[in-house]
Amino acid sequence: MKGLSKDRLWSVAVLLPSVLLIAVFVYGFIARSVYVSMTDWGNDPTQALALDPVIRFIGLANYQDLFTGFLQGRFRQELVSTVFFTAFFILGCLGLGLGLALILDRNPRGEGLWRTIFLFPMSLSFIVTGTIWRWMLQPGGGVNQAPTLFGGQPSTFPWLSSTEAIWKFDWNKLPLLTATVVAVVLIVVAVRALRAGDRRRTLVAALCAALLLGWALFVAPNLKLLPAPELHGFNLALIGIIIAAVWQMSGYTMALYLAGLRGIPEELREAAKVDGAGDLGMYRHVIFPLLAPISLSAMIVLGHISLKIFDLVYAMSGPDNINTSVPALNMYLTSFRQNQFALGAAIGTILLVLVAFVIVPYLASQFRGEEGHA
Amino acid sequence: MKKALMIAAALALTTSAAAAGKLEIFSWWSGDEGPALDALIKVYKQKYPSVAVDNATVSGGAGTNAKAVLKTRMLGGTPPDSFQAHAGQELIGTWVVANRMEDLSGLFKSEGWDKAFPKDLVRLISSKGGIWSVPVNVHRSNVMWYNPAKLKAWGVTVPKTWPEFLKTCSTLKAKGVAAPLVVGENWTQQHLWESVAIGTLGAKGWEDLWSGKLKFTDPRVVGVFTTFGKVMDCANKDASGLSWQQASDRVISGQSAFNIMGDWAAGYFTTTKKLAPNTGFGWAPAPGTTKTFVMLADSFGLPKGAKNRAEALNWLKVLGSKAGQDAFNPLKGSIAARTDSDLSKYNTYSRSAAADWKSNKIVGSLVHGAVAPESFMSAFGTVIDQYVASRNSSGAAAAAQQLAARAGIGK
Repeated sequence: MKGLSKDRLWSVAVLLPSVLLIAVFVYGFIARSVYVSMTDWGNDPTQALALDPVIRFIGLANYQDLFTGFLQGRFRQELVSTVFFTAFFILGCLGLGLGLALILDRNPRGEGLWRTIFLFPMSLSFIVTGTIWRWMLQPGGGVNQAPTLFGGQPSTFPWLSSTEAIWKFDWNKLPLLTATVVAVVLIVVAVRALRAGDRRRTLVAALCAALLLGWALFVAPNLKLLPAPELHGFNLALIGIIIAAVWQMSGYTMALYLAGLRGIPEELREAAKVDGAGDLGMYRHVIFPLLAPISLSAMIVLGHISLKIFDLVYAMSGPDNINTSVPALNMYLTSFRQNQFALGAAIGTILLVLVAFVIVPYLASQFRGEEGHA
Repeated sequence: MKKALMIAAALALTTSAAAAGKLEIFSWWSGDEGPALDALIKVYKQKYPSVAVDNATVSGGAGTNAKAVLKTRMLGGTPPDSFQAHAGQELIGTWVVANRMEDLSGLFKSEGWDKAFPKDLVRLISSKGGIWSVPVNVHRSNVMWYNPAKLKAWGVTVPKTWPEFLKTCSTLKAKGVAAPLVVGENWTQQHLWESVAIGTLGAKGWEDLWSGKLKFTDPRVVGVFTTFGKVMDCANKDASGLSWQQASDRVISGQSAFNIMGDWAAGYFTTTKKLAPNTGFGWAPAPGTTKTFVMLADSFGLPKGAKNRAEALNWLKVLGSKAGQDAFNPLKGSIAARTDSDLSKYNTYSRSAAADWKSNKIVGSLVHGAVAPESFMSAFGTVIDQYVASRNSSGAAAAAQQLAARAGIGK
């Protein structure tokens, strides 16, 4: 089967168009965006929309501006919000999805109906979900009126309009915090490697951890990203959006888990029973470990949805509410309302990198897995 | 059958060739504002019946969607023949500085519009020696709305200055009104800031701010932020969840005493809420801005490279004419930009606004694009939000000054 057999020619001919299209319209445009993000396109209003704009290369200045610039506090808050949003969104979806799947796995009456009901929200678009939940979370209506059904006082919680934030930290401490978190992870890796008896790994991890901790203790406190302290935290207004997002996506995790649960062979459960496992023990030692790969895939899918989220926030609290804003929204406003195309491209690139952090390790493990099987 | 189709197609071709031309009008007037635009197009069609008008409306409040579509079209080299933009810096700071618009001063001279429009208005739509757009309508942004019966019941009068407003606010709070002032989502807060600033700095100070003579870091402007903070203390805490209509509803229901909103609120009160002017709802200039008319206007410009330039020029002539403006404005709920309009066609509120339009000092609105380019305004919303959260006046002023420098204000 060497050389250019007819089959091979055919396959190349069939694949070539899509390869070319993807090369231009995906990777070419990514490259172009990254290039634009390193220019000054839009910083000068007279050049932003000119027929033949003068665009200069300015390196990483836009990124520097985003992370340390006085005017870009909104973007930094959005990054922090994204982290909190992603964490709660994934936890919520996994928890609720697993719970629903476990209930359905017990074959309740009308299981098919329940499955449809729980999966249904996923068929809506985020913009529809957002509009519905916007009505429900109105300050004087919907959810807040619920207690009156039972004769109570209406609640006054400002779901989407709260300006409160909790767990605040100073942006200047970000290098310190990051270094510490990574160091702690490395220490855990080192300890595990030690237990497994892998000396080289233990040494490397411990050394890196020590270096990072040393840096965090001695260098980071002197590092000042901003002239004045800038506090960022978890905005309470995000809670409403997290609820809506979880409502929409938990049906999807439920379906995944249910498939996983149904895929566990009955023999395994029986064997566990014979070995004397109770209900709890069976879940803990047999079923949950088998569901771990499903959790991982769900986390990847949900993770990149939450990083890119735009429409839900736009529909629920509008584009101008900084307490619920996310980077994707800021990218749109920066590019299309402020005409700062380079800065917008920089935000887009940062989002791409964040998504890549989630996707690439997953893809890598998938490829490895496939090769292993082949 | 085939033959019939061919003939029909041929006929269609010849008829469209017989039409003298085409005109594409790009705007964000849909829904409630659609009929007003249709009335304008009707006036145009009467004069130029052979032109096929393509009404390319992109719906979405305040043109957020339309502006994004416009940008892609302009950058892609297919500009519409004439497009809507808020009169003033929103057009000038975005498209005129980029050298994408045609100068219309010739048209203004030949149509005699220099005299038909107020001087202050012509100055707001001019820069670099050119006049860049034809204003169709005028709205007033510095209006304070209230419920006359409620004010009487509470025993307070309409405050004339911002210090007086704060006093009225504490009186009302003592009487158990939790939020004497009602504000809504972000842009309505910017709208309020603008009225506080003009009421504190005066019309002259406001103009200096946008010509760069007065810096945002000046103690007077820092003071504006401080006053704004105090005014916000009188306002509802759930602001960002409310649209401007929902905020206006609270004035009518008596939950709040005052609301500062543009005069499209008058249309909402009379048409949607069926309230009578002066009894169902009352109005006054925002505190400190008596004798000042803070204006915003919708206008149309002529982009360079328009495909049907001659038809677009005719369209602009219709827009600026008395007939065009009198057909459009009573339906839109605004007043004519011309000072010679037929007042019998307007309602009670609009007549009072039209009288002020002729006699008051006219300055431009910030949040509606008259005095600052979009790039400033959009980012200024963030400054306001951050100020409301942090209450750091000098920080907000410094941020605003940086924005102004970046947007090229005062250059």
